[in-house]
Amino acid sequence: MNVLGQQLVNGLFIGGVYALFAVGYTLVFGVLDILNLAHAAVFTLGGLMALWLVQNAGLTIWTAFPLAVLFAGLLGLVLDQVAFKPLRRRPDTYFSGLISSIAMAIIFESLAMGVFGAHNSRFPAGTVPVVIWRLGGITITLLQVEILAAVVLMMVALTQLLKRARVGKAIRAVAENQHAARLLGINVDGIIAFTFFLSSALGGAAGILFGLYFDALSPDMGRPIELKGLAVIVLGGMGSVPGAILGGLAFGLSEVLTVAISGTSNLRDAVAFTLLFGIMLVRPSGLLGRGRLREA
Amino acid sequence: MLEVSGLCVSYGSVEAVRDLSLKVAAGSVVSLIGPNGAGKTTTLNALSGVVPVHGGRIMLEGRDITRLSSHQRVAAGVVQVPEGRLVLAGMSVRENLELGAYCRPRQDIPADIARMEERFPVLGQRREGLAGSLSGGEQQMLAMARGLMAHPKLLLLDEPSLGLAPLVVKMIFDLVLELKSQGQTILLVEQNVFQSLAVSDYAYVIENGSIVLEGPAAKLAADPAVARAYLGQAGPSASAPITGR
Ligand SMILES: Nc1ncnc2c1ncn2[C@@H]1O[C@H](COP(=O)(O)OP(=O)(O)O)[C@@H](O)[C@H]1O
Ligand SMILES: [Mg+2]
Repeated sequence: MNVLGQQLVNGLFIGGVYALFAVGYTLVFGVLDILNLAHAAVFTLGGLMALWLVQNAGLTIWTAFPLAVLFAGLLGLVLDQVAFKPLRRRPDTYFSGLISSIAMAIIFESLAMGVFGAHNSRFPAGTVPVVIWRLGGITITLLQVEILAAVVLMMVALTQLLKRARVGKAIRAVAENQHAARLLGINVDGIIAFTFFLSSALGGAAGILFGLYFDALSPDMGRPIELKGLAVIVLGGMGSVPGAILGGLAFGLSEVLTVAISGTSNLRDAVAFTLLFGIMLVRPSGLLGRGRLREA
Repeated sequence: MLEVSGLCVSYGSVEAVRDLSLKVAAGSVVSLIGPNGAGKTTTLNALSGVVPVHGGRIMLEGRDITRLSSHQRVAAGVVQVPEGRLVLAGMSVRENLELGAYCRPRQDIPADIARMEERFPVLGQRREGLAGSLSGGEQQMLAMARGLMAHPKLLLLDEPSLGLAPLVVKMIFDLVLELKSQGQTILLVEQNVFQSLAVSDYAYVIENGSIVLEGPAAKLAADPAVARAYLGQAGPSASAPITGR
């Protein structure tokens, strides 16, 4: 029973990181109806940048984290300007944007490989102090608590931003109808750029937390999470922020529960993706339906 | 207030507006009428800066705004209430009004919203409701109120009465008259030709992207050519060409 409880707790943390990653995907999709397939590369570069800042620049993780998140956000601006904006007026913008984002992902990953090397690396020991609590046979670490706190904080901040802030309302207006948004005097290109910044900053943050949690970073660490992130936003409802959060948690929990119940990790991905199809059968538009970004 | 000269707009190889010139004097209501597909919406969109202009000049109060982007035009005072209303259906009535004031100083917004809710009580009653849950007429009122939230110097109205019940149509033309009495400058696009001429000072008739006839609204309303094209044959199907200015 404690094994199960432990796995539930672990699933919560890894699910939180999936959710953070997927929220970035879904933000851009909700606003532009475009899949940004370079999101996983930004996730990787965010993690590696934080590592570099801690390892080579000698910063603490508390300083490195916001700086690396900012760096990831700036990568988002680059993505928008280079991969998406020039194609925005093309009739095939959805497809060409998809392809050019894959190209940017390859460029980002190659750069990461060149700068950081192809090997696995880890944060230096003591980056986050090792503190362990035992609650009725379930082990919780300080790192896990910090990860969950960071995820919750960012989700709440994002939700409030979309709901109440002037810029958040402008994002929702652009998501709903770009033409109408323009007629209201909203700088649509500016809002799109800001959305990419936000999305990529969240993706980068997910990369850092992922690297800390699994204590391993590499230029291809984004690969497995790329498809999971897509599955999560399909699961939650494309373009829905709460859906991505819910979907991320469901995905993380299903993974660890599969491992706990079957006793091996062989079936982990199979069950997680089967869950996706199962939910699609019952709720074709995802757990929370489409387009909730507009209603935030 | 507004002076447009030699305006040209094309969509790919289709020329939608060709060498169009018109003027709107400050404080006046000017109608732009013409059959479906004549280029009325395209003209308004060119004024709002949401379609690329290939030629011509747009002057607002003596200032050349031809090269300004759409959000700069709104800030400059050119505000459009679009055809089909385009309220943000997934956002609340209040949020729609707030977004209408996107280019306004923040501190003025609550008072302006209060004013709109007083003028259009239904918007106050449905404040927290989704704009998409309003009836067509209520959505049109919201779209107009949202446009007014920007404090337009020049208000562009694209077919505000389209598809609405006669009672609501009357409310809309009453609103146009009320705004006019307050000194609001309006360029009005309408299919409801005679009601539109009745509230206007001046009018232009557009066909195939060019102005084919213009004059004081009362004079056009009495013009047999306009009557032939638009009276009795009810709106869009009236495609009999009007020739000569
Ligand atoms: N986005 C567009 N792409 C291509 N052609 C368009 C587009 N919008 C309008 N048109 C064409 O331009 C012409 C003028 O259209 P429009 O300005 O909407 O006319 P109106 O508002 O007077 O009915 C029409 O022939 C229409 O088919
Ligand atoms: Mg039209």
